[in-house]
Amino acid sequence: MTNLFNYIDRPSPVHRLTGATKFVCLMLWSFAAMSTYDTRMLAALVIGSMIIFKVGRIKIKDVSFMLGFTAVFLVINSIMIFVFSPRHGTEIYGTCTFLWGMSGRYALTAEQLFYHLNYLLKYLSTIPIVLLFVCTTNPSEFASSLNKIGIKYSVSYAVALALRYIPDIQKQYHEISQAGQARGIEMTKKASFTGRIKAAAGILIPLIMSSMERIDIISNAMELRGFGKGKKRTWYMGRPFKVQDILAMAGCGLLVALAAYLAYVNGGRYYNPFI
Amino acid sequence: MKKFGVRSIVATGIGAALFFVLGRFVAIPSGVPNTNIALQYGVLAFISAVFGPICGLLAGLIGHFFIDFSFGWGVWWSWVISSAFFGCIVGFLASKIDFEGGEFGVSGIIRFNIAQVIGHLVAWGALAPVLDIIIYAEPADKVFVQGLVSAGVNIITTAVLGTLLCIAYTAAIPKKGSLKEEE
Repeated sequence: MTNLFNYIDRPSPVHRLTGATKFVCLMLWSFAAMSTYDTRMLAALVIGSMIIFKVGRIKIKDVSFMLGFTAVFLVINSIMIFVFSPRHGTEIYGTCTFLWGMSGRYALTAEQLFYHLNYLLKYLSTIPIVLLFVCTTNPSEFASSLNKIGIKYSVSYAVALALRYIPDIQKQYHEISQAGQARGIEMTKKASFTGRIKAAAGILIPLIMSSMERIDIISNAMELRGFGKGKKRTWYMGRPFKVQDILAMAGCGLLVALAAYLAYVNGGRYYNPFI
Repeated sequence: MKKFGVRSIVATGIGAALFFVLGRFVAIPSGVPNTNIALQYGVLAFISAVFGPICGLLAGLIGHFFIDFSFGWGVWWSWVISSAFFGCIVGFLASKIDFEGGEFGVSGIIRFNIAQVIGHLVAWGALAPVLDIIIYAEPADKVFVQGLVSAGVNIITTAVLGTLLCIAYTAAIPKKGSLKEEE
């Protein structure tokens, strides 16, 4: 369970923040990074996120696997952007400066390179924060803290239920798949494509049918205990807000304000050095 | 519209867990690099059709959020929102199907598939690309090609798996009026 979500328990200032604070900060931070295309602000966010990453005492070693995934994704996406639209930078920045005297559809322009740099910075500024959130937030505490930031407790309870039953469903999937394999159904890479789809359907139907039964059992149990009768409920994993929580949220709120201010100063989302 | 009671809350949680497990651990490569056949949308369409739009919306949102969360490559909000939206549309359009009555004939199959085709086309062919353009300022033709390819793949898997699930589920429920009083 802990393994599945990469939660790493280590004492640090970031760990001491409540799950709700970290969630709000993540949303505000990514909103600021998503909305602005100002290179200076993005660069500042990249540096800031790396400093906070250090404060959270998460090591590169802990997240190297996930970083690899992200790097592959970023490279593929950048190549696709260039293949589909080699003049995207020109469209955005309005000028067209060819580099090294090249010409033709796939000639490099300074604007295109600048757009790609911004695109890269945008991801680099959010990835450390997301990794930090993933590594320092206890999933159960996260579910209970959702209720605190104004989300209805029935919804946060659905999140808690999902977390509770993911390992069970995973185990059941595995059991059904092994029962199928014991009867000689091929599900590995050796099977043909249609064979694998058929095998997957053969696992899914019993899995879903037993899940429907599970839904009935759990909802009966919850109804018998009077779930949903009161307006509020308490949480075992819940923690109260402290000073540092409010400070962290206020800081991230300022970032959003800064992004809005820069959009106003630049007269748009883009910072344009070409004019 | 179906009421969002205790049963729907539980269905949301279990639906999100199913979506997560299928999306995270079960991947059938489609032959095209970097695209897997997403079985989870068949299940999401089924859950949304049975339990209604709110349940579909939340199950898609929570399930997809946790998939991105556990991979740790960043939460791709444009795609998470589209998954949630897909569940919501299917829940709305398929709400007329009477599953509890144990009837899911040809009309049910047609209704369910129309709902899922519209859902996928709007979610991946329009919403996800538009959000990608707004958030990441990506070039339009790139995101629309990506979106339409995944819409096509998802429509086919949902048509096969989702329909099968609906048929299997209703077959297990006794039909209305299947009991007769003894004369």
